[in-house]
Amino acid sequence: MVETNADGLRRDEKLERLALFGLASPALLLVLVIMVIPVGWLFYVSFIGADGHFSFENYERMITQKSYARIFAKTFQVSLLTTGLCILIGYPLAYFMAGLPRHIANLCLITVLLPFWTSLLVRTYAWLVLLQKKGLVNSWAISLGLWDEPIKIVHNMTGTLIGMVHIMLPFLILPVYSAMRAIDRDYLKAASNLGAPPARAFWTVFFPLSTPGLFAGALMVFVLCLGFFVTPAVLGGGRVILVSMKIVSNIELFVNWGAASALGVMLLALTVGILWLASRFLRLEQMTGGGH
Amino acid sequence: MKISTSLTVAATLLATTAFAQDKSVTIASWGGSYQEAQSKALFVPASAATGIAVKEETYGGMSDVRLQVSTGAVTLDIVASGSGSAARAGAEGLLEPLDYNVIDVSTFYPTLKSEFCVGGDVFSTVYAWNTATYGDAGPQSWADFWNVEKFPGKRAYRSKVAGALEPALMADGVAPEDVYTVLDSEAGIERALNKIRELKPNIDVFWGSGAQHAQLMKDGEVDMTTGWNGRFDVAKKDGAKVAYSFNQALLDYDCFAIPKGAPNKDTAMAFLAEISKAEYQDDLPKYITYGPTNKAAFDTGVIDAATAAMLPSSPANAALQLPVSLEWYAKWETIADEMYQSMLTE
Repeated sequence: MVETNADGLRRDEKLERLALFGLASPALLLVLVIMVIPVGWLFYVSFIGADGHFSFENYERMITQKSYARIFAKTFQVSLLTTGLCILIGYPLAYFMAGLPRHIANLCLITVLLPFWTSLLVRTYAWLVLLQKKGLVNSWAISLGLWDEPIKIVHNMTGTLIGMVHIMLPFLILPVYSAMRAIDRDYLKAASNLGAPPARAFWTVFFPLSTPGLFAGALMVFVLCLGFFVTPAVLGGGRVILVSMKIVSNIELFVNWGAASALGVMLLALTVGILWLASRFLRLEQMTGGGH
Repeated sequence: MKISTSLTVAATLLATTAFAQDKSVTIASWGGSYQEAQSKALFVPASAATGIAVKEETYGGMSDVRLQVSTGAVTLDIVASGSGSAARAGAEGLLEPLDYNVIDVSTFYPTLKSEFCVGGDVFSTVYAWNTATYGDAGPQSWADFWNVEKFPGKRAYRSKVAGALEPALMADGVAPEDVYTVLDSEAGIERALNKIRELKPNIDVFWGSGAQHAQLMKDGEVDMTTGWNGRFDVAKKDGAKVAYSFNQALLDYDCFAIPKGAPNKDTAMAFLAEISKAEYQDDLPKYITYGPTNKAAFDTGVIDAATAAMLPSSPANAALQLPVSLEWYAKWETIADEMYQSMLTE
């Protein structure tokens, strides 16, 4: 019996796959224990009614009570607006940074990341102090004559968006910046060489090449916003009620965990639905930054 | 070195536990200056007098008790709670019924105890106003709180239903003694909600905690708010321009309960009997402006007239107020809060 090369290669490949699986198994086990089991349990609990038996009441409540639809609508509204504002502010900034020499750009990146070193709660309360009626923003603006009466920029949607955009911005800038850095600037030169004015060269060459980073960042911001709690709770003044806040109030209000779990399941399902939709239009690995 | 220290600590802990095994209770409360006041006025002196060792913890409320009872791992013997959540937890079967043969409540205000919970201190849900905006002649009734022509300015209101519907009905012309009769139906709750809808354009903030409504007044962010009287007194001490009135305020109380299946149930009952005595309760106002639930505490001479005038449960102040109905909260809170939350999202 003579072993052919092909057989040997196949056996090696099999062994290697097995070894890789072995190496990955602690991580897989961890994912199973900290992700799959709790989410499964959450799913199960969401079908337990107030009397402790199987029931659809937690889902029925979400359909029959109009407030749930309003809360989900508000959650998506806030998430979309935050994502949109992050793109409007973050994309130009990333573009500007990508054009800078590397050592200066790195310095800029550090300043973008700087807020990450401060706790989320501290940053949120800082905004509250800055934006309130007698806060710095209002008092400076009045003394500079920008407006006469204190304007209402916190305890509402405006304050919520300001806080959330500030916190989410780095999540957008980082992937966009790295995508832009990877674009070969010779393409732009080639476009100009072929007669494209700068705007045309940007929109037909540069922008499409930067979209994988843009989509990755936008998707990350959007999904993080869907479950956001602290900032809207503090800066929304109790008027901007999102799903995460409803989950908390349901835990306090109802006898069983089902009412809150059902909200969690619904939010998860909607998030997965959005990822699926997005993946139909885009390659998912591009969005998560895996491909190029 | 480090190891030997921790061994010593462990040994001491073990020794303490062994020593106190027959007579000890674990008490959970809300922490902060509130629990500090309870500890100084009630727990420590009562522990010294009875020989019952006290272990203090902080906790997150009745949802913690629910978790302990439902998993059969009850570690808490006594919990401090709001009266409404204790009533609901009692109805849910999470608490032991209290034995009023052991706990003497003969000199208590009759409404400040229930089957599952014995009052520990009295607080009021009041309307407070910014004295820089309105001077000392601020609103004197809930109708004034609603009157935006007479008292123009921004309001803050609670983001939960507890203590939120009664003021609305009083502002709508319902006599205090009829409030809970009117609220005893969904139509009555809806009437209160409609009154809040009317004020809503003038409500800038729906507050979620006592710290928050105190801060709102301190910063001058709103001109008027509902809230708990003790917090405003603290804010005032810190220089906030705030005043409040007890007229038509809601008289409510915090209480002590024993979780179902508490490991030291009988000791806990004896300890509750001890801290409910006037001689302990009369010390509480030294540390926080919440009043005693035991009327006799006003007669021991410890609470002077000036302090008494500031307390929600002083006879003069109590007479102005509407006592909160626990029966109503046990029956309606879940339904009413869902309706309230729905109103907030409109």
